[in-house]
Amino acid sequence: MQRLENAVLSKAKELLESGKVSRVLGWTKGEFCYDVSPCVFNTVDELKNFVYNGFCGANLSKYLINESKKEGKIAVFLKPCDTYSYNQLVKEHRIKVENVYAVGVECQGKFDIEKFYAKGVGFVASVEEGLTEVKVNGETVLNRNDVKLERCLVCNKKHVAGEEIVELNEKLPSDSDRFEMVKKLEAMTADERFAFWKKELSKCIRCNACRNVCPACNCTKCVFDNPNSEVSAKANATSFEEQMFHIIRAFHVAGRCTDCGECSRVCPQNIPLHLLNRKFISDIDKLYGEYQAGEDTTSKGPLTSFTKEDAEPSDAVGGNK
Amino acid sequence: MKAILKDKLNLLYEEISKKCELYLPTKEKGALNFKKFDGENEVDIESLQTVKSAKDFFFPQTEDMVNFKTEGKNIEIIDAREKIETYVIFGVRACDYKSFEILDRVFLVEPVDTMYKNRRENAVIFTLACNNPHASCFCKNFGIDASSPKGDVECYDVDGYLFFNPLTEKGAQIVNGLTCLEEVKGEDKVDALKKDITKKIEKLPFSNLDLSKFKGENLMELFNRPEWEELSEACLGCGTCTFVCPTCQCFDIRDFKTNSGIKRFRCWDSCMYSDFTQMAAENPRKTQMQRYRQRFMHKLCYYPSNNDGIYSCVGCGRCVKKCPQSLNIVKVIKKIGGEKND
Repeated sequence: MQRLENAVLSKAKELLESGKVSRVLGWTKGEFCYDVSPCVFNTVDELKNFVYNGFCGANLSKYLINESKKEGKIAVFLKPCDTYSYNQLVKEHRIKVENVYAVGVECQGKFDIEKFYAKGVGFVASVEEGLTEVKVNGETVLNRNDVKLERCLVCNKKHVAGEEIVELNEKLPSDSDRFEMVKKLEAMTADERFAFWKKELSKCIRCNACRNVCPACNCTKCVFDNPNSEVSAKANATSFEEQMFHIIRAFHVAGRCTDCGECSRVCPQNIPLHLLNRKFISDIDKLYGEYQAGEDTTSKGPLTSFTKEDAEPSDAVGGNK
Repeated sequence: MKAILKDKLNLLYEEISKKCELYLPTKEKGALNFKKFDGENEVDIESLQTVKSAKDFFFPQTEDMVNFKTEGKNIEIIDAREKIETYVIFGVRACDYKSFEILDRVFLVEPVDTMYKNRRENAVIFTLACNNPHASCFCKNFGIDASSPKGDVECYDVDGYLFFNPLTEKGAQIVNGLTCLEEVKGEDKVDALKKDITKKIEKLPFSNLDLSKFKGENLMELFNRPEWEELSEACLGCGTCTFVCPTCQCFDIRDFKTNSGIKRFRCWDSCMYSDFTQMAAENPRKTQMQRYRQRFMHKLCYYPSNNDGIYSCVGCGRCVKKCPQSLNIVKVIKKIGGEKND
């Protein structure tokens, strides 16, 4: 994977040196291999801290809302899943696309550092990445799938945006069903399901990380931050409020959520928030035909267009059956 | 030393919980947090750290302050403060215990915060030495000794036993009253464990940070450092760092309209949020860089300037682990703290 990092870095250098772009949005080194951060590089010299490894899970597309409005052109590196968010943001006119040079980058699934700890590796000093295996600290060999983020275990996304793609190996397909847990939840009784979500959502600390990282959550001012909205809430007045926040958020991004999985990646309490979104995606698939948000930049979404063939509300919720 | 076999810890929890409420690190749906013992808890005292810190006990995320009941033209004012009886917090780590001292300097100076004081005074704190500190820990920089975690009773997990070292009268009173404990010779084992912990801490990557630049006299220089821009560039403006931080203590006071009056509550606030400094006419911190800078300047410069040089950070490493984009106080210290960090 070192070869891949070099290839991505060369691309970044080439774009800056040729003057094709004036800035590059990528990831910068941290103190260790796993604490990388999104970063804008302004010069070739700054690129000495550029990194592209299995810990570059952060989706860079949302940063373009601000970055693309600045002077000059910016290059951005997008993993397959990120390209969907990018397209969706372009579709919603949130990115000034003429100021962006998008480059797809190969991704064989990103890591969840907690999974290394769970495997008994107390400190991750280095990870040599193979397609199916990783070697930690030069000694422990782990199955790549065992340390991947949940979203990456079920990912079959391909690049759907980008002027070019930096890819050395083809992406290995996943044969996992991303709706498996949704189906399990659907099979529960209403009471069981309520208990499941109550337990999960009661962990919420209202840090808003899920909202702030979410590319679909791109309102200039969130209703929950607006003191005049009467739902502005830094605190949960009742134990149901934290559920309301997440349910409203899931409704608001329904049909626009690309299932990038950032919400679950960033949640400090490990709430599987993506399951709410996947339930909506699965329902949309069933009611309107298969639909993947962010697949293109022009089509109308099932929930933002009306046709006479649309499902009736009673079909959608099961009516009084 | 008083001790109990680790296999029998449930007896200990049960006995304490018969005397008073007991809170301890509990795993629930994959996250470790302090929870009240109810006999069903999946207690985990081996994992290093709870997601939320122990500050929640004295300064909960939300609490009611006062209620106003309206009837016609009359308003009745009802004190909403809870009555608190003695309770035990079990398994507090050295860093979290140190955070109480930092919070005390905020809440217990005049005018005393009675809600905080009430909870603080009624708590009996059982601390736990850190057998396996993590690479994200940097408590040593703040004069904290994870092998002597302080509190009312120090606990040591060694050789299949949990050993107890009461340090205060109220701690001793509880420990001496516990019939499930036995007398076990353990001083040597505890000493060996302490030495081992000290050795491990010394080897941690962030154990020797240079904080020398962070003092009041450098305030303006630090404030104006150009590096704040790049340090804060990826900040999402979420409140994760502030909410998992054991020393962040900012709150908001809000009114909640009920059918028969008003409930006035306070809740945690975050300087990372865009409306934190919103005032009627103006918001003095307009950019995320300014908000980000505020958080670290408060911890490393403003607070120590007002509190005998004590930093408002205990090196627990929660922000290091939990920031969605891996921004954290260690990166700030390394970038602008002092030359020895290079």
